[in-house]
Amino acid sequence: MEHLELFFKAIFIDNMVFATFLGMCSYLAVSKKVSTAVGLGVAVIFVMAITVPLNWLLDTYILKDGALAWLGPEYAVYDLSFLSFIMFIATIATMVQLVEIIVEKFSPSLYNSLGIFLPLIAVNCAILGGSLFMQSREIQTVGLALNYGISSGIGWFLAILAIAAIREKIRYSNVPAPLRGLGITFIITGLMAIGFMSFGGMLTGGEEEVAKETETVQIEAVKEAIDIANNEKEIHE
Amino acid sequence: MGLLSKKDLKLITDPLADNNPITIQVLGICSALAITAELKASIVMSVAVLFVMGLGNLTISLMRNIIPSKIRIIAQLIVVATLVIIVDLVLKAFAYELSKTLSVFVGLIITNCIIMGRFEAFALANGPLRSFIDGIGNALGYALILIIVGFFRELLGSGSLLGFKVLGDSIEKTGVYAYGYENNGFMLLAPMALITVGIIIWVQRSRNEALIEDN
Repeated sequence: MEHLELFFKAIFIDNMVFATFLGMCSYLAVSKKVSTAVGLGVAVIFVMAITVPLNWLLDTYILKDGALAWLGPEYAVYDLSFLSFIMFIATIATMVQLVEIIVEKFSPSLYNSLGIFLPLIAVNCAILGGSLFMQSREIQTVGLALNYGISSGIGWFLAILAIAAIREKIRYSNVPAPLRGLGITFIITGLMAIGFMSFGGMLTGGEEEVAKETETVQIEAVKEAIDIANNEKEIHE
Repeated sequence: MGLLSKKDLKLITDPLADNNPITIQVLGICSALAITAELKASIVMSVAVLFVMGLGNLTISLMRNIIPSKIRIIAQLIVVATLVIIVDLVLKAFAYELSKTLSVFVGLIITNCIIMGRFEAFALANGPLRSFIDGIGNALGYALILIIVGFFRELLGSGSLLGFKVLGDSIEKTGVYAYGYENNGFMLLAPMALITVGIIIWVQRSRNEALIEDN
C-alpha cells in the first residue's frame, strides 16, 4: 500500500515537470519529435532507477548525522550532510558514464537509440532533483527509494511524451508569430500543469470529507444558537 | 567605460536582451520557475547564481588547459558543486528562513543548465577576465527575468512587494481593495510562472521580429 501510494504520488501529484519544474531544459529542447522524446524519457527512467537508491544508500550509511555509527561508536558524532550535493552529483555523473560504457558493450542497439542522450542526462535537473527530494522527504527504505526513482522517471517520461505529441500537432495550427516555438510551449506546459493539479485530490480525498463534517457540525451549532436566541425573544415578548 | 572595451561590454549587455539565457537560449528554466512566487526569493536566487556563475566561469577558464576533455563534465560539476555548497552554508547561516523556502533549489543550481552551458560554450575557450564578465552578464540576464516574474507574481498574487503591502490591506479594505479589487491567488501557483514567462517571450519577440521561430 505504501509503495502504491508513493508510486501514484510521484507520477501524478508531485510530477517532476508539472509540480516542481525539474528537467525543464531538456524537456523543452528535446521535445520536438515523439521518437527522440521517448528515447530521452526511457534513458531518464533508467538512470533514475539506478541513482536514487544508490544515493539513498550513500545518504543513510555515510552522509546523515550519525550515519557512520556502523564503523564504531567513536564515528557516530560525525555529520557529513553538507557534502551531500557534491557526493550526489559525483555519483550521478559517474553512474551515467558507467551506464554508457556498459550499454555500449552489451547492447549496441540500445546504445544507438539511447547513446546520444546519456551525456545530456548528467546535467538534467530531474535526476539530481530526484535524489535531493528523496533526501528531504526522508524516504524510509531502499525499496521505497527504488520505487521513488522509477516512478519519478515515469512521471517525467509521461510529461515529455505528452508535450512532444502536442508540439508535433501544433505545427498545423495558426499560432501568433511571436509565440511560435518556445512561447507556446511554455503556455501549453502551464495549462497541462493546471490539469495535473487536479490529481492533487486523489490522495487527500478522505481528509476533505472530514473537514466538511466539522463544518456541518459548526453550522448546526450556529443554528441551535439562533434558535435559542429566537426562543428567548419569544419568551421576552 | 574605460575599464571595459566595447567587446567586453557587449558580453554584459547581450545576455540582458537579445541573447537572454532564459528566453532565447532556453537555459536554466528549472530553478527560474519554481521559486519566483515571491520577489525576495527571486532576488536571493539571482544573487546566488551571480556568485556561482562569475566565480565558476573564472575557475574553469583558469583550469581550461589542464582539464582532460573526456572527464570535463565531472570536473565542471565538482567546481560548481563546491561553489554551491558555499552558497548553501552562507544562506543557512545568515538567512535560515529563506533557505528553507528555497529548499532543494539551491542544490539544483549545480545542474542549472545556464552554468554548464556557459562553461562549455565560453569558459573553456576564453581567457579568465572575459569568462568572468560573460558569467556576470549571463547571470544578470537570468536575474532580470527572475525579478520580472517574481515582481508580477507577488504583486498580483498577494498584493505586496518584498512583503510590503503596496496595494493596501486586503482584510481592512484599504487602498485599491476599497474599490473591490481582489488578489488573484492563482498567480502564486506553479503553472502561472510558466505562463508569465510565456508572455514575456511573446512581448520580447513581437518587439524584435528577428527572434521569431519558424514553426
